[in-house]
Amino acid sequence: MTADLKQARRARIDAADLVRYALRLGDDALIGAQRLGEWIAAAPQLEEDVALANIALDELGQARALLSYAGEVEGQGRDEDDLAYLRDEREFVNAQIFEIPNGDFGRTIARLLITSAYQVELYRRLAASADPTLAAIAAKAVKEVDYHRDHATSWTLRLGDGTEESHRRMQQGLVDVWPHVGELFESDELISRLVHAAVAVDPATLEEPTMAYLDAVLAQATLEQPEASVRHSGGRRGIHTEGMGYLLAELQYLHRCHPGATW
Amino acid sequence: MTGTLTDTDIDIDVHAAAYRAAAAVPDPEVPVLTIEDLGVLREVSVQADGAVEVTITPTYSGCPAMDAIRQDVRAALGEAGFDRVSVHLVLAPAWTTDWMSEAGKEKLRLYGIAPPARAATGPVPLRLTLGCPQCGSGSTRELSRFGSTACKSLWVCEDCKEPFDHFKVH
Repeated sequence: MTADLKQARRARIDAADLVRYALRLGDDALIGAQRLGEWIAAAPQLEEDVALANIALDELGQARALLSYAGEVEGQGRDEDDLAYLRDEREFVNAQIFEIPNGDFGRTIARLLITSAYQVELYRRLAASADPTLAAIAAKAVKEVDYHRDHATSWTLRLGDGTEESHRRMQQGLVDVWPHVGELFESDELISRLVHAAVAVDPATLEEPTMAYLDAVLAQATLEQPEASVRHSGGRRGIHTEGMGYLLAELQYLHRCHPGATW
Repeated sequence: MTGTLTDTDIDIDVHAAAYRAAAAVPDPEVPVLTIEDLGVLREVSVQADGAVEVTITPTYSGCPAMDAIRQDVRAALGEAGFDRVSVHLVLAPAWTTDWMSEAGKEKLRLYGIAPPARAATGPVPLRLTLGCPQCGSGSTRELSRFGSTACKSLWVCEDCKEPFDHFKVH
């Protein structure tokens, strides 16, 4: 598609749709960062503490860019801090997989493997978005999440193909997280409108490449893809799991007690 | 035209002074490098009314040094006599270690950080051996894929046994 044609299509979208889409991506990154940050000073080894903190920092950076953009397009004077600290649970539109509690290290790695594999496929395609800001954020983020995926992959191989105990716990981590995988690939009317305008990536198109990557890693790690007996969904509509309220309480406490506090 | 000072000459001098001031700002986390060496400084422009616009780009999305760099650029230009300074952050094109100057890579090595090697391109990703910045040995191994800042990983030399940072290829 030529640049002019892209611009013409981009011009026809509703600003509220673009805000909502930027919030979805930004909330995924923000909530993912917050969960990983809980490992700081509690990871199995010092190097892993540093690794998870660095991954969280990349995600936080992506979240800041996406939330700032959402606020800017919305045009009501809300900045990244207002959006991160002053929205209530039902206003967050992240997929639930990003908020599920860390559990043990196996579950955290299972979650990181899946979410980073998904984000690699997403950002790779979003870098060609007709929206120049989303394209720029994605082009930058894709190099970062690719590194996150490498890290999660190396741990999945070590734990899955490690000892009996590490294999059991890595497998259990996958079982815990799996009911939330399907939600990542759901489309809705908002997505259809933005895909038509060449602004968004249809999540449904990410399922095949993401699952192909996961299948290959799990096979090499001697792990089995769990059966999805239940399938959770609703995050994109503001429906969240029990852990989300506690997560937000910790994330927002300081800002709500001391509005406008700065370092 | 020699011997006459034209408006254009003045503009060029003013622009050069503004650029020099911004380019000399050190990176807060790797102070041997300037933001110009790093490729973080993208553009300096001086408006007709004397206002300066500086464009910078982050190394990684979450790089916490960007706020400090923004303040340092303002302060450096203030000392150089520029009072009205705005600093813009751009994301595109995405920063890459390919933009790091050769002088910057040498400064890094002397500081004890192994500089990034140019990313190998081709069908098979090739990992090049890193030279130890302390003793020059090629017998080194990666201890951790993540390091003290987003842009570094941690390595150790098998010969002199010293751990060292590597500025990752990105």
